[in-house]
Amino acid sequence: MSTDNTHAAGTAHVAHHFKDATQQYESGKQGIWLFMMTELLMFGAIFVAFAIYHRLYPEMFAEGSKTLDWKMGFTNTLVLIFSSFTMAISIAFIQKNEQKKAIFALATTILCGAVFMVIKYFEYMHKFHLGLFPGNFIDVAKIGAEHANIGMYFGFYYAMTGLHGIHVLVGMGLITWVMIRTIRGEFHSQYWIPVEGVGIFWHIVDLIWIFLFPLLYLVG
Amino acid sequence: MASHAHGDNYINCEKGLWSWLTTVDHKRIGLLYMITVMTFFLIGGIMALLLRLELFAPNAVQGVGGVLKDGNVYNQVMTYHGAIMVFMVIIPGIPAILGNFFLPLQIGAKDVAFPRINLLSWYCLMAGATLALLTLFFNKVDTGWTFYTPYSIRTGASTVLMVLGAFIMGMSSILTGLNFIVTVHKLRAPGMTMHRMPLFVWALYATAIIQMLATPVLAITLLLLAAERLFGVGVFDPKLGGDPVLFQHFFWFYSHPAVYIMVIPAMGVVSELITTFSRKVIFGYTAIAYSSLGIAAVSFFVWGHHMFVSGQSETAGIVFSFLTMLVGVPTAIKMFNWVATMYKGSISFDTPMLYALGFLFLFAIGGVTGIMLATLPINVHFHDTYFVVSHFHYVMVGGTLMSLMGGFFYWFPKMFGKMYSDSMARMSFVFTFIGFNVTFFPQFILGAMGMPRRYFDYIPAFEQLNKISTVGSWLIGIGFVIALITIIQGLRKGEKAPANPWGSKTLEWTVQSPPPHHNFDVEPVVTGGPYEYR
Repeated sequence: MSTDNTHAAGTAHVAHHFKDATQQYESGKQGIWLFMMTELLMFGAIFVAFAIYHRLYPEMFAEGSKTLDWKMGFTNTLVLIFSSFTMAISIAFIQKNEQKKAIFALATTILCGAVFMVIKYFEYMHKFHLGLFPGNFIDVAKIGAEHANIGMYFGFYYAMTGLHGIHVLVGMGLITWVMIRTIRGEFHSQYWIPVEGVGIFWHIVDLIWIFLFPLLYLVG
Repeated sequence: MASHAHGDNYINCEKGLWSWLTTVDHKRIGLLYMITVMTFFLIGGIMALLLRLELFAPNAVQGVGGVLKDGNVYNQVMTYHGAIMVFMVIIPGIPAILGNFFLPLQIGAKDVAFPRINLLSWYCLMAGATLALLTLFFNKVDTGWTFYTPYSIRTGASTVLMVLGAFIMGMSSILTGLNFIVTVHKLRAPGMTMHRMPLFVWALYATAIIQMLATPVLAITLLLLAAERLFGVGVFDPKLGGDPVLFQHFFWFYSHPAVYIMVIPAMGVVSELITTFSRKVIFGYTAIAYSSLGIAAVSFFVWGHHMFVSGQSETAGIVFSFLTMLVGVPTAIKMFNWVATMYKGSISFDTPMLYALGFLFLFAIGGVTGIMLATLPINVHFHDTYFVVSHFHYVMVGGTLMSLMGGFFYWFPKMFGKMYSDSMARMSFVFTFIGFNVTFFPQFILGAMGMPRRYFDYIPAFEQLNKISTVGSWLIGIGFVIALITIIQGLRKGEKAPANPWGSKTLEWTVQSPPPHHNFDVEPVVTGGPYEYR
């Protein structure tokens, strides 16, 4: 084990309780994946609730999804997929000691996150303008909805995209953090675990959106 | 053990409050958890005493009963007793105190895999608990610890704050579990194969799996409940087309596995105690280790037994009833193996062993009544009666708390390098054990007679048994006060503890008491199983 340092060879960054860089790298990676599992389970439960009510009130969900603008959702999907790409190449750049390119890629990723949030903001504002609020605050008569429970659709819409949006913001913060550390020269071909961890988080956040988009915007 | 120079162990290597609040040493974090959990246990315990005092007499007869102003106050005290004991005492109890301290030592590691995250988990618990207890200064929560909808949506209490507190405490639990899983997989000493790990580590590992898989579902459930109150998303609110029973499904999908988060570590401690004090290799090591995983696996498929009368289908009821009984199998495997371990062993009745035996006795009752409650037709009669209250107190208090005390007295010399007064500790056991049975056994009878749980009052026919139960609660209280005095006395003027006072075989007893800052001066190399007595 101690001789297999192909993943991460530098000894300067090994914390005191690890034997070597490999053990540290493998522990970190397992920890990140386990944490991602909890994220998936958390979103999993809300997907289950969505599935149950979608089965109970299919027409209501169809009516709700018509109010969403799939073009905006689709744009956001593209933006996030592109940001996943820039996130991934930033790690490759760090592994090749091309820090400048890596910083550029990370900055692009943050920018994509910001574009996503701005588009989301306009979508939200448009809904608010039309009076499409969650359950308690929606005036069914005023918006002329067919289904009395249409507020629940928007409950799901805001809860799911809101929770996802919070994750995007957290992800942007984390990417900023690893970008600053990259600028400081803390990451190089021997040490990049935090960047990879943040990258995995960002990909999972993207992945969740890739499920949210068809469920909310496209499935009638 | 040769005498060491000043500052040779984890307690005195650094000084000052700040060094404790910023420590990343798993042993110190274990002690931080210990102080926190003991404090919460004191608060939750006083509330329990108040509840029992209120139930001393039916309210119609104003006397000693009637200490609480009215039924609303009773509901609030009951809610805080439940929430504190569940989220702040029993769930973090054994894993975060004893697990944090001894998991790395038992597998020959210098620390857990992520020491800073370990500290973060303690701060999460503190932050969550602070939020939850802040509600005491606003509108006190009266929903019970289960936050059932739709009442929790409608009540004027500060449910949102409480629920966010529980959410953050859940993060603490997830982070602890994550740390333990990675530590077990990646940080074992050379030669420490999975099948040479002490059974306490196996138990913590199984617990960590549940913590990781179940807690996220609670997290989203509590967030949705908060969103329901703040924005009316409609998921759980029947007025908006939602289904309050879905909340119960989600809640128990976490909270039933959570009772195994509470009890599996207790079983791990008991495995250590029984083999040590029987001076005999544990019987059926593999069976005990894998039955922990078995319980963890089955635990995810039994939540519906909380909902037999909530309007779920009869088919679902029958399936859940059967699956629930399945939990009895791995549990019984453990029980029989412990008893078989004691058979022809040279048993010594030191305090930890007394607690372990207390665990076996009480947990057997708790377990068997669990099978009774799993039986669908019987459950319909016992549902929401004191029979259920008694059952889960036998498991949670009789099981987990007995084991926590036993484990604490077992490892006390290692943790603090001091011995406590054995006779005092035995006395605390006698009071808690007898007091426990006096308190909770009558509640089985009360439940069978039909006394509903969660009520602040009862008909005069139940008075006699309630009086006995309340007297029992005083005995438990005395037992824990004696235990506290024992601990304080031991800390202040206990004799210096040797490295291995009980003649145990696991790795933590090979280092000095208290352990050095980095656990092992030389990395241990393991060549055999954990319990090679004979």
